Amino acid sequence: MSPIRIRTKERPVSTDDRPQDPPANSASGRATVGTGPGQPVAAGPDTTGPDTTGPDATEPAAVAPAPDGPGGSGGRRAARGSAVRGEVSLRAPKLPRWAPLLTALVATAAGALLALTLGWGLIAFAVVSAAVYAVALPAWALVVENRRSAVDRLITTLVWSAFAIALVPLVSLTWTVVSKGAPAFSAEFFSYSMRNVVGEGGGIYHAIVGTLLITGMAAVLSIPIGLMTAIYLVEYGAGRRPARVINFLVDVMTGIPSIVAGLFAFALFSIFFGPGVRMGFGGSVALSVLMIPVVVRSCEEMLKLVPNELREASYALGVPQWRTIVKVVLPTAMAGIVTGVMLAIARVAGETAPLLVIAGSTDSVNMNLFAERMMTLPVFAYYSYMQPGVPPQFGVERAWGAALALILIVMSLNLLGRLLGRLFAPKTGR
Amino acid sequence: MATSIDVSDLDIYYGDFKAVEGVTMSIPAKSVTAFIGPSGCGKSTFLRSLNRMHEVVPGARVDGRVVMGGQDLYGSDVDPVEVRRQVGMVFQRPNPFPTMSIYENVLAGNRLNSRRMKKSEADDIVERALRGANLWKEVSDRLDKPGAGLSGGQQQRLCIARAIAVEPQVLLMDEPCSALDPISTSAIEDLIHELRTEYTIVIVTHNMQQAARFSEDTAFFNLAGAGKPGRLVEMNSTKKIFSVPDDPSTEAYISGRFG
Ligand SMILES: Nc1ncnc2c1ncn2[C@@H]1O[C@H](COP(=O)(O)OP(=O)(O)O)[C@@H](O)[C@H]1O
Ligand SMILES: [Mg+2]
Repeated sequence: MSPIRIRTKERPVSTDDRPQDPPANSASGRATVGTGPGQPVAAGPDTTGPDTTGPDATEPAAVAPAPDGPGGSGGRRAARGSAVRGEVSLRAPKLPRWAPLLTALVATAAGALLALTLGWGLIAFAVVSAAVYAVALPAWALVVENRRSAVDRLITTLVWSAFAIALVPLVSLTWTVVSKGAPAFSAEFFSYSMRNVVGEGGGIYHAIVGTLLITGMAAVLSIPIGLMTAIYLVEYGAGRRPARVINFLVDVMTGIPSIVAGLFAFALFSIFFGPGVRMGFGGSVALSVLMIPVVVRSCEEMLKLVPNELREASYALGVPQWRTIVKVVLPTAMAGIVTGVMLAIARVAGETAPLLVIAGSTDSVNMNLFAERMMTLPVFAYYSYMQPGVPPQFGVERAWGAALALILIVMSLNLLGRLLGRLFAPKTGR
Repeated sequence: MATSIDVSDLDIYYGDFKAVEGVTMSIPAKSVTAFIGPSGCGKSTFLRSLNRMHEVVPGARVDGRVVMGGQDLYGSDVDPVEVRRQVGMVFQRPNPFPTMSIYENVLAGNRLNSRRMKKSEADDIVERALRGANLWKEVSDRLDKPGAGLSGGQQQRLCIARAIAVEPQVLLMDEPCSALDPISTSAIEDLIHELRTEYTIVIVTHNMQQAARFSEDTAFFNLAGAGKPGRLVEMNSTKKIFSVPDDPSTEAYISGRFG
C-alpha cells in the first residue's frame, strides 16, 4: 500500500513542474496507477514487499526518504532504503515497452492537428512533433521511472533527432543527383566523348578516362611517399626532432586549399613547359599535394595500432628492423592502410578546382598524361552546367549524369577499400 | 650449444633514469636460472639487456659488460641482430604474429630472415620445434590455421616453439606463465624442465614455488629504496636461497614478509 501512497504524493509535485503538457501527464498518471497492484514488471517494490516479508518491512524504509525526495527519484530511493534494511530489491518501476511508440503517435497527432488547423508546412509539422515527443517522453519517464531514465530518454531523443537532421541533406542530395542524372545514362553516354557534339548525344568517356588516369597517377605518386613518411614517423622518428618537423609540415599540408595546390602545380609546370601549360600529370601532382597528408595520417594511425609486442617478438628472433617493418608491421596494419588509402583516393577524385587550373578542359579523349589538356568528371560537370550550349537541357542533363557517375566511382572506391580491408584483416581463426 | 653469461657491473638506464645498478652475476650454461623480486625492481629490464632488447626503447642504454662465449655483447663491433639470434626471448604475454598461421609462426625466425630452405627442411624444423614445445600433438592437424586462434597457453608454447626454431643458445623468459591458467602453466614448466638440457634458460617469475621447483640458481633483485635503482641482492643456488639465504631481505621476501 505504502509505495502507491508515495507515488500519489509525488505525482502532484511532478505535475507542478510540468504544467505545459497535460496529455503526457494524464497518460503517465494513468500508467502509474495502473501499474500498482496489477503489473509486476512495472512495479518493483509494490509486489516484492507484500509477497515476501509483508508491508511492515518496506513501509518505514519506503516512507522515510519520501520527504527529502522531490521529483521522480522516490522510487529508487525507496529501493535503496529497503536495501539498507537487508531486503534487497533490484527492480524499479519501468515504462512499458510501447511507451516510446505511443508517445510518438501522440506527438505526431498533436503536430498534425496543429499543422492542419494553422496551415503549416511539412517542416513545421516535423519540428513540432519532435519537440512534443522530446518533452512528453522524458516527462512521463520522470514521473514513472526516475531522473536518470528521464535524462536518458531525453538525450536519446536528441541524438536520434540530430541523426535524422544529418540524414536530410544526404537523402535529398542523393535523390536529386539520381533522379536528374539517371536519365542521362546510356551506352552512348559511357562510350562517347563530346568531340563534335552539339546539342543531344555525346558522352563522358573522355572525362572518365581523364579522372581515372589523373587520380591513378596521383595515387601512384602519393602512396609511396605517404606510406614511407608514416613509416619514418612511427618506426624511426618517434619523438626526434626531424619527426616533429615533418609532423608539423604534414599538418600544414593538410590545410592547403585545393585551389592553391592547383596553382602550385601550374606554377611548377610553367617553369619547365612555359606559361599556359596544361597536362594531366600536373593535375596528378596537384592532387597528390592534397592526398599525401591524408595518406600519411591514416597510415600513421594504422602503424601506431600495431602492438609493440609484435615488433619486439620479431627483434627477439634476430630479425632486423627493416625486415620487421616489411614482414610483420606492414602486413599486420595492411587492412587499415588499404582502407585509408582508398578513402584518400576517393577524397581527391572529386576535386575540381586544381584540375580546372592545370588539367584544363577538352571535348576529346586524351590518354596521354604528359601532353595536352585532359577532361575530368568534376570539370566536365562544371562546364556542362555553366555552358550547357543550345538547347541547354542536354548539357544540363549531361552535367547531372557526370555528377552521378562521379558519385558512383567514389562510392565503389569506398566499397572496394572496405572490401580489401576485410580481405587483408588478420584472421583470428575463431 | 649453450653458453654461460657473465655480467659485470652493469648499469641500465632509461634516458636519465637509472633503472638497475651495478649487477654482477654469472649465469651458468645448460641450467635454469630464476630471477625473483618485487615488481619494478628491474628484472625485466635486466633480462632485456641480456639480448640487447633493452635498447629498442628510445633513449635506453646500458653501461657495463655482458660477456657471452668470450665476447662482450656491448662491444662496439657487435651487431645486436646477431646477439638476438643467439639469445631468444619469450614474453610475458603470448604474442604470436596475427597475420601468420601456426606453421608460419614457428618458421618466422627463419622466414623473416629470408633463409631459403626446402619444404621438407621447413617441415622438419616446424615439427621439431613444436615437439620441443610440447605442442605438436595439439596442433599437428591444423598447422595452417592462424596462430592467434589458439588458447593462451598454446599461444605461449607456440611462442616458445618460435623461439627455439632458430636454435638459440640462450632462452630468456619474462614471466612466461603469469598470463596463463594452472594447467597451461604446468605444461610450460614441464617444457622448461626438458629444455634445460639444451639451452641456457633465464626465467623471471613471481611464483616462488615455480622458482624453487625447477631452477638451479636463483637471483633476488630488490630496490635499494624508493626512487632508487634496482640491484641484485643475492644470487645463490636455489636450494640455498630457499633455505638459508645470505641476505635477510631475501628471506623476508621469500617468506612473504614484504614485497
Ligand atoms: N620503457 C620504459 N621507459 C622508462 N622506464 C621504464 C621502462 N620500462 C620500465 N621502466 C622502469 O624501470 C624500472 C624497472 O622496471 P621493470 O624492469 O619492468 O621491473 P620488473 O620487471 O622487475 O617488474 C621501473 O621503475 C620502471 O618504471
Ligand atoms: Mg617485469
